[in-house]
Amino acid sequence: MKDVTQVNKPAKRLNGEAGHHSLKIKKTTWLSMPYLLWMAGFIILPLILIVYYGITTEDGAATIKNLLLISDPINRRALLLALELSLISTIICLLLAYPLALILNKIKMKSNSFIVMIIILPMWMNFLLRTIAWQNILERTGVLNKLLSFLGIGPLNIINTPGAIILGMVYNFLPFMVLPIYNVLIKIDRDIINAARDLGANSMQTFIKIILPLSLPGIISGITMVFVPALTTFVISTILGGSKIVLIGNVIEQQFRLGNRNEGSGLSLVLMIFILISMAIVSKYDKESEGSSIW
Amino acid sequence: MTNNKLINLMNISKSYGDTVVLDEMNLYIRENEFLTLLGPSGCGKTTTLRIIGGFETPDKGQVIFEGKDITKLPPNERQVNTVFQKYALFNHMTIAENIAFGLKIKKKSKAYINDKIKYALKLVNLEGFENRMPDSLSGGQQQRIAIARAIVNEPKVLLLDEPLGALDLKLRQDMQYELIRLKNELGITFIYVTHDQEEALTMSDTIVVMNQGYIQQIGTPEDIYNEPTNAFVADFIGDSNIIPATMVEDRLVNILGTNFPCVDTGFGRNKPVDVVIRPEDIDLVKPEEGTIQGVVTSLLFKGVHYEMDVMANGYEWLVHSTDLVPVGNAVGIKVDPFDIQIMNKPESEDEEAVIIEE
Repeated sequence: MKDVTQVNKPAKRLNGEAGHHSLKIKKTTWLSMPYLLWMAGFIILPLILIVYYGITTEDGAATIKNLLLISDPINRRALLLALELSLISTIICLLLAYPLALILNKIKMKSNSFIVMIIILPMWMNFLLRTIAWQNILERTGVLNKLLSFLGIGPLNIINTPGAIILGMVYNFLPFMVLPIYNVLIKIDRDIINAARDLGANSMQTFIKIILPLSLPGIISGITMVFVPALTTFVISTILGGSKIVLIGNVIEQQFRLGNRNEGSGLSLVLMIFILISMAIVSKYDKESEGSSIW
Repeated sequence: MTNNKLINLMNISKSYGDTVVLDEMNLYIRENEFLTLLGPSGCGKTTTLRIIGGFETPDKGQVIFEGKDITKLPPNERQVNTVFQKYALFNHMTIAENIAFGLKIKKKSKAYINDKIKYALKLVNLEGFENRMPDSLSGGQQQRIAIARAIVNEPKVLLLDEPLGALDLKLRQDMQYELIRLKNELGITFIYVTHDQEEALTMSDTIVVMNQGYIQQIGTPEDIYNEPTNAFVADFIGDSNIIPATMVEDRLVNILGTNFPCVDTGFGRNKPVDVVIRPEDIDLVKPEEGTIQGVVTSLLFKGVHYEMDVMANGYEWLVHSTDLVPVGNAVGIKVDPFDIQIMNKPESEDEEAVIIEE
């Protein structure tokens, strides 16, 4: 009799815990409903529509004609230029952001949050406004050229060049590179770095063998968050590139503006494939593939 | 153990802002010694270890290693290795890569490195773990790897910063024996930091008790336990009754109005002192047989013994005994003369740091 109660007790407690657990899951599932609905309506459904329009004609017949539009010389050039400019912007962002994040991590002071705020501060102003401001600065008769001619160097052709677009991309997307890298760096335990020094590594060896590999998830996250919007942008290229420089984003925008939603969707699909390929290449270098820290 | 001073800390001071962590500390460590820095958090023990390891630079003073001043030498140029509190393994490397890290930096041959990895894993009883990743190991295993990673570099001194702090009790006790075994096999100097007095008593050749940046007492575990120099040490090492008393004359002390014979001399006549009596040194006897009489006010079963509070002469005496005396019973208290430890009241600045933090 005594034995039976003793065996039953833990079993009962287990049941109780299990019941509690499933209740918890139900609660959280319920709470995630608004977002799930949002996702279905505004992410999944549009994606399905893009895929559907992309592989059909206006009459609804299946075709790959829309996808093949990319081989059109103008479109191909637009894609290649977009890839080139966004790649250059991403590299510049990385080169600017990593040392900054390292320094921020090293000083570890109250002023840190202030500096981080300054990095985020431009994001408090509208993205379009900021880009238009750059247009005004870089214009032939803009602030910068006035200053340059005052110094006897100017006026230079800056606006409507690929350089202006790269500047706009770097300016707008830099915070998205700094923050993920900084976030990964501050999570590296000081003693891990001390351990490397303790085992004989100098500061350069410690950086290459310990800090850099451990911050890779942040770098990949940053690259993703800069490269993807840079590759697909049409606003920056329209405002700072004028009508002379056409990126793939502009081509797609034009198609939708002209009402060619099938053609636009087809090109969007191709662009998505390019993004997926780029991401696959990037994450191949991330041996850790700590998925949680990416995005 | 030889008498060679391997490391000599001279007049070391260190502050963080307004907080003085170490104040004019002097300490030497002998070759092949197991020395433990023991004290509550914030006593400066970890800072001392970090100064020896090279992770902190003292504001004042010198660190002498084998006769050479290494105060300003970076960690990677010192012949010491550290085992960190939270293991600090490189999670992006396999166990073998972790252990090989220091050797690869020193550009040792592949064969040498492989031999060392095998040897180190055998030493810490984790053979065959070469290709595992650190986060697939338990806390105890990770700590062993951290030790293996340090000792393959053949340091003259191994610094251990509360290495067992994150482990559970049973594992901690096992690891204590492991560390003693390792120390004997390697024949190198261990400097160990802990706040756990039991750990310190079990493993050390020498214990350095620290509080608020000052060294309170240096001695063997027996010295520290049996003859604490002040109330802080007595209280920090084990349970104790610390009672204000008066030294009536040589070999006679007045505790709470009753004279007790003791063995100490040289304190002078009618001098106020503190006495330390360990709870296990108090004998509970029939009331008429005791030096003083009291009543048991609480009783706890602790496994090895009972812990009792006895109210006598206006003081609650902590008593450990294997005999049970029920609450409310009258008892007599007897203490053997050599179990009464007499201490001077704090006078100097060093000793004033003796405020007991709980």
